[in-house]
Amino acid sequence: MVKLKIDNKNIEVEPGTTILQACEIAGKEIPRFCYHEKLSIAGNCRMCLVEVSGSNKPVASCAMPAVDGQEIKTNSEMVKKAREGVMEFLLVNHPLDCPICDQGGECDLQDQAFNYGGGKSRYELNKRSVKEKNMGPLIKTHMNRCIHCTRCIRFAEEIAGVEELGAINRGENMEISTYLEKSVTSEFSANLIDLCPVGALTSKPYAFEARPWELKKTESVDVMDAIGSNIRIDSKGWEVKRILPKINEDINEEWISDKTRFSCDGLLNNRIDSPYIKINGKLTATSWGNAFEFIKSNVVNKKSFSGLIGQLVDVETTFAFKEFFKKVFNSNLIDFRQKNLFLKNSSLFHNIFNTPLNDIHNSDLILLIGANPRHEASILNLKIRKAIKVNQAKVFSIGNIPDQTYEVHHLGDNIEILNDIDSNNIDFSKVFYAAKKPIIIIGESVLNFKIGNFVIEKSKSILSKANNLSGFNILHQNASSVGSIILESYNNNFTNLLLSDVLFLLNADEVKIDKQSNQFIIYQGTHGGENASLADVVLPGAAFTEKEGIFVNLEGRPQLANKASYPPGNAKEDWKIIKALSDIFNKPLNFNSLEELREQMFDKYPILKDLDCLPTINYKDIKIEEVDKIEQNIKLQDFRYYKSNIIARQSNTMHECEKKIFKINQPSKN
Amino acid sequence: MSGKKIAKEQPDQFEFSLDNKKIIEKLLLKYPEDRKKSAVMPLLYLAQRQNNNWIPLAALRLISNILNMPYIKVYEVATFYTMYNLSPVGKYFVQVCTTTPCMIKGSGKIVDMCKKHISSKQGELNKELNSSWTEVECLGACVNAPMMQINDQYYEDLNESIAEKIFLSFKNNQLPKFGSQIGRVSSEPTNNRKTLNRNA
Repeated sequence: MVKLKIDNKNIEVEPGTTILQACEIAGKEIPRFCYHEKLSIAGNCRMCLVEVSGSNKPVASCAMPAVDGQEIKTNSEMVKKAREGVMEFLLVNHPLDCPICDQGGECDLQDQAFNYGGGKSRYELNKRSVKEKNMGPLIKTHMNRCIHCTRCIRFAEEIAGVEELGAINRGENMEISTYLEKSVTSEFSANLIDLCPVGALTSKPYAFEARPWELKKTESVDVMDAIGSNIRIDSKGWEVKRILPKINEDINEEWISDKTRFSCDGLLNNRIDSPYIKINGKLTATSWGNAFEFIKSNVVNKKSFSGLIGQLVDVETTFAFKEFFKKVFNSNLIDFRQKNLFLKNSSLFHNIFNTPLNDIHNSDLILLIGANPRHEASILNLKIRKAIKVNQAKVFSIGNIPDQTYEVHHLGDNIEILNDIDSNNIDFSKVFYAAKKPIIIIGESVLNFKIGNFVIEKSKSILSKANNLSGFNILHQNASSVGSIILESYNNNFTNLLLSDVLFLLNADEVKIDKQSNQFIIYQGTHGGENASLADVVLPGAAFTEKEGIFVNLEGRPQLANKASYPPGNAKEDWKIIKALSDIFNKPLNFNSLEELREQMFDKYPILKDLDCLPTINYKDIKIEEVDKIEQNIKLQDFRYYKSNIIARQSNTMHECEKKIFKINQPSKN
Repeated sequence: MSGKKIAKEQPDQFEFSLDNKKIIEKLLLKYPEDRKKSAVMPLLYLAQRQNNNWIPLAALRLISNILNMPYIKVYEVATFYTMYNLSPVGKYFVQVCTTTPCMIKGSGKIVDMCKKHISSKQGELNKELNSSWTEVECLGACVNAPMMQINDQYYEDLNESIAEKIFLSFKNNQLPKFGSQIGRVSSEPTNNRKTLNRNA
């Protein structure tokens, strides 16, 4: 341990700690622009100057390691003067346009100029002017405001893995630029907006929408993929204005993907705000009472009932939905799968990502089987990159995977390779078994009924030989998947599911429905998509920002999404609709509040009760089955990253992104 | 000084000559395989030498491929160093030092001469003289200030008339002898030696 004195206070820190970090530990605030915990140290803003004994100049604390016996002063006259000087230089070329700047009110430069600045400038010449750069549909640039902290360059290079940003020219002429002025092609590009300590990079969709102090801030969970990134929803009245990351070191650290951040404008478009019933082939707005009566009268004579659960549904709603089907329709024909997806059984081990997300960087070999982490679960891609960076991990793939922002060694397309690895037939087996902590990530593309079982069993077999069964990972694409599996909301006899007399679609928009002539379709959901227009009755539900609900992420970690806004018009929270509908059939579900619903749910599925905790899995009990060898070439399913769910499809921003960015990322066809 | 000018008209392709390819091979041997991007500066210089003293963007792309590094990183280096020209320069490329010692000794007048004879703006090509000029920071010949560099050679101890004479000699495709223009040997004092004098 290193012992040092900060402002006459003795503290001990780990060796290798910088003076800035030591000051943080001692509770002293050091102003900074270029230093960021997650990025490499640049030391170019000079704002973090402190006085160190033995040095007659102030020292940049972010880049100086703490040494035994140092005496540091963070509030001496020298430090105060140094900070004022640095601030004056930083402001020499910074325009005084705070009143029209979107960063105003949450700007590091503004705050620190106020706290540490000298309050005046001696600079009388013209300020320099820098051409705006085109950074795509998400990032608005005001390069005049840039103070060259280079956080954006370091983020793009170190975290996102797209080396497209750079500082060109030198000295006074230095500019941050993308070459050829093209969009930044990362799924994480918009994190640059959070990182930028000034208003140089601001959010394009949010431009001039609101001031930070006008917004209501709600902590919640993202549902755009199965990762369950922690987010902060900023809303003004009903409107969700923007979504920002909330730091959760176990999941998303402090990044979120562009889809998470910017699909929120989809919550405003094309919403269902009133119940509709189909009269003479045309959907007509009506009252709740009429809609319920319409359902009752149409359902009486029907024989088969089935339900489909969509990808954005929370577990409370799924639970209510399941109970409703059992009690009212006396049917267990419900499923959350909207495509050919194989489930081994409902045991957690077989359905979740067993390696905790914050442990992936400790693995040294990653085998992707039919998975495209970059698009299916972007945060996962950052974790894999981290493994490559801190642990020199090697990444291999079965199935041809598009660009992942790191090197992927393609082993081949045939699923038979798994058999070869298992029986030590190919060179790669040696590499795999030599690894200390190999993990396998299985994507939904290979989890179909034909080969799903083979892939799962072979992967288990390989991993148990490598002594790391906890490296067995299923990469689910949807926020509702793991929760629905825990609630056992699936039915393996679902060939007839879509053909039932009554089909209840709970926010299910991904499946293409071929409506039968005598079929009665109920759609409960948020947006007027294709399936809503097919339905005979449309019930307006609440989006994930408009209700409280638990979502289980792909690690099996239940997380609570809070209510930031309220459902539009006559729309109601989903469990309330299902409950009210059960009352109409005179078979009421026996809960009257969300708390009662949860109590019943927790009784049956106690695992959901431990919010924010990972499930414990006993790997010793896992049995491995023998399976017949299968030879088949696998092909990754097309995944439209910017349009993967109904909210994103309704978002203008995502539409722009797909137009401008996605095309660049797609390999050309020839 | 403003940011670096990048030529609007760019060739589509750039290829190193066979001789240069051999040099590059040798150069790359100096660096470990995973650190080969260290060779970016000599490669840029080779490209500049081969291409009439300026580097087209196609060459930056080629170098980024050879060294397996992102294009933007090559671009950063090329725009940072004043030695690299990213737009065509004249056959006679004049770089006038305007840092403090030269400035005190009158480099402003040399710059005026450049403006008068070559072009009113830096980096603009004078077709008649086949020449362009630019201001640069210290070239390390302060004792013989003011000075300028023409292509690879230093011209020192200048004044307005000497500079004018040199510029006009471009017309005849001739360059006067490089070094001090007032006849002194390297950096000796202008009025006889004061030290290391054998007869003293």
